[in-house]
Amino acid sequence: MSVFSRFGDWVREGQVWGSVFRHGVPRDRRTRAMAVLSNVFLHLHPVAIRKSGIRLSFTWCMGGLTFFLFLVEVITGVLLMFYYRPTVEYAYFDIQGLRAHVTLGILREMHRWGAHAMIIAIWLHMLRVFLTGSYKPPREFNWGVGVILLVLTLLLSFTGYLLPWDQLAMWAITVGSNMARATPLAGHEGPLASMIQIAGVPLLHAGDDARFGLLAGTFVGPNALLRFYVLHCVFIPVVVTVLIAVHFWRIRKDGGISGPL
Amino acid sequence: MTMTGLDLLAAGDSNAIKDLINTLCQPHWFFIIASVAMIVFLVGYRTLTKPAVALAGGLAFTAFYVLSGFDSDFLSIIQKPDNVPITMMIYLVGFFVWLAFRQAAVNDQNMEEGKPLLEAGSDDKVLVWPDLVYTELIALVLCTVALTVWSVILRAPLEQPANPAVIPNPSKAPWYFLGLQEMLVYFDPWIAGVLLPGLIIVGLIAIPYIDRNPRGNGYYTLKERKFAITTFLFGFLLLWVVLIVFGTFLRGPNWNFFGPYEFWDPHRPAALLNINLADIFWVQWLGRGIPTESFGMLPHFVVREAPGIVLLSFYFFILPGILRYTVFRKMGNQLGFVRYMVMIQLFLWMAFVPIKMALRWTLNFKYFVAITENFLNF
Repeated sequence: MSVFSRFGDWVREGQVWGSVFRHGVPRDRRTRAMAVLSNVFLHLHPVAIRKSGIRLSFTWCMGGLTFFLFLVEVITGVLLMFYYRPTVEYAYFDIQGLRAHVTLGILREMHRWGAHAMIIAIWLHMLRVFLTGSYKPPREFNWGVGVILLVLTLLLSFTGYLLPWDQLAMWAITVGSNMARATPLAGHEGPLASMIQIAGVPLLHAGDDARFGLLAGTFVGPNALLRFYVLHCVFIPVVVTVLIAVHFWRIRKDGGISGPL
Repeated sequence: MTMTGLDLLAAGDSNAIKDLINTLCQPHWFFIIASVAMIVFLVGYRTLTKPAVALAGGLAFTAFYVLSGFDSDFLSIIQKPDNVPITMMIYLVGFFVWLAFRQAAVNDQNMEEGKPLLEAGSDDKVLVWPDLVYTELIALVLCTVALTVWSVILRAPLEQPANPAVIPNPSKAPWYFLGLQEMLVYFDPWIAGVLLPGLIIVGLIAIPYIDRNPRGNGYYTLKERKFAITTFLFGFLLLWVVLIVFGTFLRGPNWNFFGPYEFWDPHRPAALLNINLADIFWVQWLGRGIPTESFGMLPHFVVREAPGIVLLSFYFFILPGILRYTVFRKMGNQLGFVRYMVMIQLFLWMAFVPIKMALRWTLNFKYFVAITENFLNF
């Protein structure tokens, strides 16, 4: 027996290790099952799983990678929040500073490219789930949860796009948010907007319509920056986290990864 | 100075080829070719997904992409940092569509021969630790490595500080929304930006409730789900991915259409004089002026737009009934009234998009119904 494996055994037999991991080394069936059951993160999984269900050519691992990229975004995003101030005075120069002052800094790059990768991964996940018919009963509801998560992922990326406060950001958000002013019955240039009036006084105008609600102003300005920052860093991630929990829980409740009935 | 063969190709004789490709990338040709390619793929999927054939296709596309990179206009577009994910997306979508249909081809063949599916053996269970956990760990590590390398090689873009006074031309939404921005060419903002995204979300959520086909649950197949898969792929590949490619690679200043090897000339005139159905009906066909008087109870804009209102009413309200007892007879019987009506309305809206695109490209057609008084244009 080598020194290392004796040391390993000594650690694993001690009180500290035993208080964290309530099972022996996962080498046999029972301890391997315990490894999954007694771990709050791993117990998202069942103990045993259909062999065909975890073939990489079947799952493409895209759902898992989408979740992993979400975690990457959370970690890099929190780190970016230490350096970034969501005001018109500072936003652009904080981003510039991340590039100019941090040697080999790739924090922002990881956050941005991770976001793009997450969008591609979630599309491919949806494609896989569709092409294997995995939305069919009993998984109808979870497909719907997945669609909402897809939309929220796009919105996360969209709200984050504004934060660097450069020309690319501002005009992309201008193009995107201009659509809101055409919302039927809620945007001042939307269909039937002129019908919403009291005694000839129009109630919908640029200062109170759907786009105003989105941007907190009539153009992409300081209020929009703050609003998108809060949506991006707090509101949408919290909703996404809750829905991810529902999504994962339902996968198990609906019978695990799909397979031929 | 010596010239290599590639220099010659880039400088001289390749111009004819480039012109041809520029022409083929005009929207109507591009869309027709992509549609035909998809149909050919779905019909011949058992042959076309054979590894050798697919590999040849992938290599041909790569050769096309790399050779195109010698063109400075093409290179300047694909080199933009935010466009790099699109190249990745094209390759990944291509690879995974192949992977799915390869397995569908094998499964469909196996079912005909009475052999088990690739996914068969649903009772063979393996333990999550170690089989799944280790797969996940490896995927996670590879993903981290890929993301780190990507982040080191390519800097995130940062342009000039935001300036409300300087409007970039073209102004583009983030790349994943460019399909919707492309819709702005053919539809009013409330349709392109509100109604169509809403219908996409509602339509996707509705899929499990309107696809009552019990087969093809949990394995790759095409034979058992032809309609569902064709419709979904048409939406995803042609109306989403292709339109993103349009938006990023082919839409230049003033949202004009440029071939992949064309210079983005901001002074190219935006040519079109678009016409509405009312113009065609009253002026071109009946040879009279557009009506401006109301008719009894009907306001003047209803009279003016009557041809379009009749046509669209037929499309959205009468056509579902006709299709119910012809093309979709079997499906209609299976679905029942409510499910069929939801399905057919979503289906007709989805078809409305390429119909309007085609009419714009060929006839400069703008609106079927143009009640501009109330921003109510279709």
